[in-house]
Amino acid sequence: MPSYQNIFTQVQLRGHPEMGMPHKDGSDPRINATTFSYWMGKIGQAQIGPVYLGKLGLASLLFGTLAFVIIGLNMLASVNWNPNVFLKEFFWLALEPPGPEWGFSPMVPLAEGGWWIITGFFLTTSILLWWLRTYRRAKALGMGTHVAWAFASAIWLYLVLGFIRPGLLGSWSEAVPFGIFPHLDWTAAFSIRYGNLFYNPFHALSIAFLYGSVLLFAMHGATILAVGRYGGEREIEQIYDRGTASERAGLFWRWTMGFNATMESIHRWAWWFAVLTTLTGGIGILLTGTVVDNWYLWAQEHNFAPAYPDTGVIDPSTTLIAPSEVVIDPNQMVEDPSVQPMVPTQTQGS
Amino acid sequence: MLSLSKLTAMGALALAGLALAGCEFGPKQSQQTGYRGTGIAQIVDPQNVVAPGEVPPPPYDLPAPSGPKAGEVYQNVKVLANVSQEEFDYTMAAITQWIVPADAPAEEAGCNYCHNAENLADDSKYTKVVARRMIQMTQNINQNYSDHVKQTGVTCYTCHRGAAVPAYVWTDPRPSDGRLMGNKRGQNTPSSAVAFASLPLDTYAKYMRGNSGPARVISKTIHPTTANRQTTKDAEGNYAIMMHLSQSLGVNCTYCHNSRSFARWEQSSPQRALAWYGLQMVKNTNEEYIHPLANVFPANRLGPQGDPYKTNCATCHQMQRKPLGGAQMAKDYPALLTLAPTVAPAPGAMPANGTAAAAAAPAAAAAAGN
Repeated sequence: MPSYQNIFTQVQLRGHPEMGMPHKDGSDPRINATTFSYWMGKIGQAQIGPVYLGKLGLASLLFGTLAFVIIGLNMLASVNWNPNVFLKEFFWLALEPPGPEWGFSPMVPLAEGGWWIITGFFLTTSILLWWLRTYRRAKALGMGTHVAWAFASAIWLYLVLGFIRPGLLGSWSEAVPFGIFPHLDWTAAFSIRYGNLFYNPFHALSIAFLYGSVLLFAMHGATILAVGRYGGEREIEQIYDRGTASERAGLFWRWTMGFNATMESIHRWAWWFAVLTTLTGGIGILLTGTVVDNWYLWAQEHNFAPAYPDTGVIDPSTTLIAPSEVVIDPNQMVEDPSVQPMVPTQTQGS
Repeated sequence: MLSLSKLTAMGALALAGLALAGCEFGPKQSQQTGYRGTGIAQIVDPQNVVAPGEVPPPPYDLPAPSGPKAGEVYQNVKVLANVSQEEFDYTMAAITQWIVPADAPAEEAGCNYCHNAENLADDSKYTKVVARRMIQMTQNINQNYSDHVKQTGVTCYTCHRGAAVPAYVWTDPRPSDGRLMGNKRGQNTPSSAVAFASLPLDTYAKYMRGNSGPARVISKTIHPTTANRQTTKDAEGNYAIMMHLSQSLGVNCTYCHNSRSFARWEQSSPQRALAWYGLQMVKNTNEEYIHPLANVFPANRLGPQGDPYKTNCATCHQMQRKPLGGAQMAKDYPALLTLAPTVAPAPGAMPANGTAAAAAAPAAAAAAGN
């Protein structure tokens, strides 16, 4: 009767905290305060700390806090400093980017979007410093820099949305507002303006990699848990010294789908799926409005989207034919198999 | 372990309860209204149907259009002068019943809401001047916007429903003062006008005034051209006004559009063309008939920016696909169906050719590409 449980670790060790190896370079000293948390031990390592803050970490946190506070104070000012309304309307409130009238000028009055530019600068600084921190800490530990490069892929999408694309279009107003519902409404409006992002093939790739990441994560996590009783959680050891856990896990997937990833390659699969989610997503956003202005028409032109039968409705502003003369009962719209579906030929502006 | 699993189960139940709190339970009715596989359907929650409203019967049988004209019998009759005196009285009785019925507050009930009891011909009450213009407005809609109102037409009751001020109206928003304090930049406020999204709230002023441009943001070309300079922000405004249309009629987006391509007319349902004529009608009504009354209304009948209460889709529709459930009401009131030749210029700053301009409005709007 196996009693070892991978998630709900029943045994929590208490003793001298693990302080890690000494620095090999001129890194700042770690903050050596450590403690043990019973509840953190339920979901992971019970030991908290030591933390490496360092100059980069400190600067990153400072800039991040500044951005966070500026966003909050702008939201609070927008409700006349009323904390009740702030709490009640929090999900609706925003720090909006400058309007189209300001173009891509860096000099915008604070109340007209200047705060948004400053906040964006602070937040970007914070994120880039944190990226450098992940890179430098990996080097200091003698690790590869895989985490840093995966993070860089996410930063690419962030920069495309908030800086690169607005710059190419010459308008801050194309950037995303800071706010819960406002950024969601921006997303919907963005898709509508550019003729349905659903037909953007890079958006499609990004979704495929996103859902693929989720699927791979679930498959891998389930597999390792399932062979935990054979020591499968010792994945790194299993890479170079394949044991019965790896053999059984691999056999399971060969039995069920004819192919299995290896203990090493499954992690490369997962890393690339995650990285490609934001990499392709960023490309898709970058092309929108700069190269392609209507993805639906693009998809029709490239046979990427099916054409459905014409409803016979004509734009009344171009014809002045009363609607009653062109009304077709939608229930009567049945496809005549002898008639080829009409393919729109919108190639103007190519 | 037992206590932990109990705790987990309780937590999961609490989370499930929270997650479902925003749901409307009960069966929904779904009706396919477009080509198969395109998801074009209307979803109705039969437990939350908005009643279309009762249509009041005519005050009495419509009198024959014979006998002396109202203009010959009464003084200062400017709009309905060519209607027979008996039909004029009948129409007045109906309007009283529609706007200021007996169950209205005392100061808003009966003939005296508009008329000076000493001299019914007197124009001293602002309500009489407004009512006269509103009769012209109703006639204009019935005569020139049959592309939208069809043969059903409209009466005063379509909007007023027994109240001196219609329930669904809008006024101009406060413009941004360029300061941070209390400035939400015209959006980011929970409001039913935008279906509780954070979308812009000033969209009535943007899309429902006479000089409003078309509610169109999507390019007609694959690649960017200078023909379409609309931004994502413009799309947010467009989205907001479409939420208003959807809410006012109690319909989904797919009542008019194939959501795969909102812009393409050949993918849309015929209702979208109906709505286009409706938008032209609202723009013309607000600009030609309501806004010029700004200096006639007293301050308590004006919005914070000093403009009168104007119409939008909800003013007539009131959450119905057809106002009052499509009841054929206007046919009982022939005096309201066609524009009468005006005897005197309209009140306020209205030019004398206002009605002629109104008649040409759909064509002009079409020429402007709205």
